[in-house]
Amino acid sequence: MTVLLVALGAAVGAPLRYLTDLAVRRRLRSAFPWGTLAVNVAGSLMLGLLVGLPAPSAVATLVGTGFCGALTTYSTFGYETLRLARAGLRRHAVANVLGSVLAGLAAAYLGILLAQAVT
Amino acid sequence: MPTARPHAGPVVAAVSAGGALGALARHAIATAWPHRPDAFPWATWTVNVSGCLLIGVLMALVTHRWPDRRLIRPFLGVGLLGGYTTFSTSVVDVQQAVAHGAPLIALGYLGATVGGALLAVWLGAAVTESALGARR
Repeated sequence: MTVLLVALGAAVGAPLRYLTDLAVRRRLRSAFPWGTLAVNVAGSLMLGLLVGLPAPSAVATLVGTGFCGALTTYSTFGYETLRLARAGLRRHAVANVLGSVLAGLAAAYLGILLAQAVT
Repeated sequence: MPTARPHAGPVVAAVSAGGALGALARHAIATAWPHRPDAFPWATWTVNVSGCLLIGVLMALVTHRWPDRRLIRPFLGVGLLGGYTTFSTSVVDVQQAVAHGAPLIALGYLGATVGGALLAVWLGAAVTESALGARR
């Protein structure tokens, strides 16, 4: 059952990341990976909310481990940072690392605070 | 006016299937290797750093060996490795370590994840490109 919930959440989260990234790329046409940053921050906020509630175990597995885990990504974040650095856009690369980590942490804390405020 | 791009369906399906498989692998590692909230989250660290190593390898192969295979990157890169690695758990792990009175663990884990991930993606790409005799 747990395995099914993880797979189901991820089967939605991963394509949502892909489609979000496509939509952001079409609108912004920027060298900076705004799409990945957006899903990573949104997923961190959502996981913070779940941890702060705290959500029941099945919800945590479906939405936390499955959906948020697959909506967010470290591999694409790492690869895009490498690409920026190799393209000579070192400031973009540094901004991507610092911005992702700081915004992700802030989002997680915000999610926990929001959850605690409503419970 | 066509709104959907041709062949978008199989690409989205490949991302979804890959993402589910990747998340299951991450879940299996996390279950086999649990950690207390105030201890170093080795499972998440291992998942994220190994996923970064593999995306470096994969993207070198996609770029230099398989430029025409349309579903490889969506399935293995965006899907499998994207679903395997996780950004959200890595930042919540940091918050949890701080909340449970282990700020130094939190800081060390944060640095080891960012540093390890970036080093791994570079290493995976560089070694694979070198093995392929490819110039990037």
